[in-house]
Amino acid sequence: MNDILKERQNQVVTKGKDDAAIACGKASVAGSVSQRACVFCGSRVVLYPIADALHLIHGPVGCAAYTWDIRGSLSSGPQLHRLSFTTDLKEKEVVFGGEPKLYQALISLIDNYKPKAAFVYATCIVGVIGDDVEAVCRRVTREKGIDVLAIMSEGFNGTKKDGYKLACGALSKLIGTDQTSIVPEHSINILGDFNLAGELWMLAEYYRRMGVNMVACMTGDGRIDDVRKAHKAKLNVVQCSGSMTYLAKDIEDKYGIPFMKVSYFGIEDMSDALYEVARFFKSDEMIQKARELVREELSKLLPELQKYRAQLEGKKAAIYVGGAFKAISLVKALRLLGMKTVVVGSQTGNQDDYNLLKELCDEGTIIVDDSNPNELSEFVKQTGANLFIGGVKERPIAFKLGLGFCDHNHERKEALAGYEGMLNFAKEVHASVCSPVWKFMK
Amino acid sequence: METPISKDKSTHTNSFSHPSGGLGGAVATRNACKLCAPLGASVAFKGIRGCVPIIHGGQGCATYIRRYLISHYKEPVDIASSNFTEESTIFGGGANCLAAIENVISQYQPEVIGMATTCLSETIGDDVKFYIRNYKDLSDRETLPHFISASTPSYQGSHIDGFHEAVASAVKSIAEGGEKGEHLNIFPGFVSPEDIRQIKTILEDFTIPSILLPDYSETLDNPIWESYHRIPEGGTPIESVKKCGSARASIELGTILNKGSLSGRVKNNALATTAAEYLQESFGVENHRMPLPLGVNNCDHFFETLSQISGKSIPMKYTKERGRLIDSYVDGHKYVFGKRAVVYGEEDLVVALSSFLNEIGIEVALAASGGESGRLEDEIRKYCPENTPEITVQNGYDYEMIHEWCIENKPDILIGNSKAYYIARELDIPIVRCGFPIHDRIGGQRIKHVGYTGTQELFDQIINELIGYKQDHSEVGYKYM
Repeated sequence: MNDILKERQNQVVTKGKDDAAIACGKASVAGSVSQRACVFCGSRVVLYPIADALHLIHGPVGCAAYTWDIRGSLSSGPQLHRLSFTTDLKEKEVVFGGEPKLYQALISLIDNYKPKAAFVYATCIVGVIGDDVEAVCRRVTREKGIDVLAIMSEGFNGTKKDGYKLACGALSKLIGTDQTSIVPEHSINILGDFNLAGELWMLAEYYRRMGVNMVACMTGDGRIDDVRKAHKAKLNVVQCSGSMTYLAKDIEDKYGIPFMKVSYFGIEDMSDALYEVARFFKSDEMIQKARELVREELSKLLPELQKYRAQLEGKKAAIYVGGAFKAISLVKALRLLGMKTVVVGSQTGNQDDYNLLKELCDEGTIIVDDSNPNELSEFVKQTGANLFIGGVKERPIAFKLGLGFCDHNHERKEALAGYEGMLNFAKEVHASVCSPVWKFMK
Repeated sequence: METPISKDKSTHTNSFSHPSGGLGGAVATRNACKLCAPLGASVAFKGIRGCVPIIHGGQGCATYIRRYLISHYKEPVDIASSNFTEESTIFGGGANCLAAIENVISQYQPEVIGMATTCLSETIGDDVKFYIRNYKDLSDRETLPHFISASTPSYQGSHIDGFHEAVASAVKSIAEGGEKGEHLNIFPGFVSPEDIRQIKTILEDFTIPSILLPDYSETLDNPIWESYHRIPEGGTPIESVKKCGSARASIELGTILNKGSLSGRVKNNALATTAAEYLQESFGVENHRMPLPLGVNNCDHFFETLSQISGKSIPMKYTKERGRLIDSYVDGHKYVFGKRAVVYGEEDLVVALSSFLNEIGIEVALAASGGESGRLEDEIRKYCPENTPEITVQNGYDYEMIHEWCIENKPDILIGNSKAYYIARELDIPIVRCGFPIHDRIGGQRIKHVGYTGTQELFDQIINELIGYKQDHSEVGYKYM
């Protein structure tokens, strides 16, 4: 393909054709219509599911409006995270400073909503106009007796990944502040699950059946008090490693708690996630229970999957998602359905992720970092994909080209993790690929 | 941690209460009922043929806006970003701006580039017009696209201000004067693609040559494609924008437009000039400003104006549509009379909807907008002669204020975009979705609001929603209404 911007050509490789390592982790090229967002976005999506915290966006109105109730992260209790609060800065504050408005907004919101803690997200212009957000947060912390944490997530100050780091930094400040709670022996934290469509509840139930207790999930169905005692767990189990590895490493450094990376998508990875935890606790009983659980779940699931596999065998898929770890699981899950991945890419993958993808995929698969609509549409055409898996921004590209689309982003309403999720995934892939409407596209 | 907090010190309620009054827009905005200016500018730019918008700011702005628009229009919406870094913020976004222009040209070969600024680039004082001149000087390309640049910091006004600013900028930089032609300019405002199609059909039926600006009836509502179009077909051609200066007259839909005096936009400054005003001042193109043609009165005004300007009579088709609409008003009047509605969203849509509800006997209990023109109240009172004293009109409102108002005042129906669904759900109030955005249903781009048939569709929907609500909540259920 000739149309890849020169600056981006080393961010695309084809397995079997290109030997060079893929370039990644770069800032997006100006004018390239990247599918990425910004630093603020990274922080916001990670912390968003903490349901009993106040999330206040300090800046003009846009950033808050576009992230109102943006993820399908469910809460079993408070719903405060689903409200969008902003200082809605106007020209007056841009000229004279936004600190007084931020202070007043925090005080009134805390008085009215009584959150367990507050996160204040600084957006692009806050630093430029010279607001000392951290000073305001310290003052409100003193006055209101709850932690008010400044997230200095000015959009231009790096990439979405830097936003993840900032979010992890804020969580890190909370962890360890509850010294009194006692947790059971076999306790873990789940990192990087956001309880989309209730997925966390499913996973926690699997672990419970094995005799494993969850102290905190960061951040799905998250609660501030759980985060505070997260240092009492024995192990951190990390999904969405792109966003949460920073935190896992930080906890390891501070408290000596090891972590393992897992994925809950697809049968293999899901089962491994359970076995690995059982092995970590070196408990035969737990391993036995995990085996029983997997056997039980698979005996229900596999016959169901066969029906779909029969119709999906040999179809080709393109994947473009936020994190590369998810892409890896998807390649495996598709294989279970008899499908081949012909294009795979992510917004924020790192070198290891891409190497793994290259290993995993068949010859001729296009692997891409930080792609854009032009490239994606071209790749899809080139490879003759039958299905596209991505998020909201990729959907119309697929649909306009008459291609099935499976939504694997954070707005989804059907659980895709776990065994149940695998069946939902098969159903969705099946509905996307086998709908009769594609006949009209000819 | 500054002050380590023990966990039992903070008070916590499991479900948060909704404080009534007292809080709100004065301090924090809670669930904003408005969007930021570059979004509006992007939509307007999408309505110019061959135009690729570039948002001069951080990558997130373009991506968030794309995602927001895609969720409504269900179409690819390519918007480039100049992708600010820390260096651009400190030393100026010139280099990024030039790189973005160059990369957009090489990828898209656009006829037009529409540049919209952001809070960031405006705050650091970037001069986009200067960068564009700079690019033109430096470029060795034989042909260059047309450039339109709109000043759209999100701390001034809302997406509606951004929309009108982009339209006005297009006209200011491209329109030419000359001998008066037969054609009319129509500035439809931020309506749906279906509305634009409806207005075009009306003008075709009148056989009046016309220029619609912007026209995203195709670009944001494409048919299926055989191959991917980097730039979707359709949009107002640049040649037409040039001819705006020699039009016989302009019709400008909406009466509030970007005339807001609050939140930093000052009356009479250049940013509050609309395209039609500029054409009137610079080229003597007479401007007819009127509310959106929604409701019989507003439609009559629109059709009569078309007839009067063109000297042509109103086509029979529309006389019949009008007749059918009034016939249905009669059929349905009892089911709507005295019902209390909350109307919310963009100010000009709120004015038109209120005036329509007013003429069918629905009481507009609350007319609210996140817009900050400070003119909503006057306009509503002007166009709602039937129940003026009862209406509560609120500029600068957010959804939580609407929510709290609804808890206290128990309205019968909500009419506006999809974002108030959570209020409707919690309080069990029927909701009729219209305007922008519609994020939880399909077909937002095909909702028709304007003309007698647009009014008809809304009327049927509102009345059926009310009838359905009563039927669903009746003890027996029934088969005749």
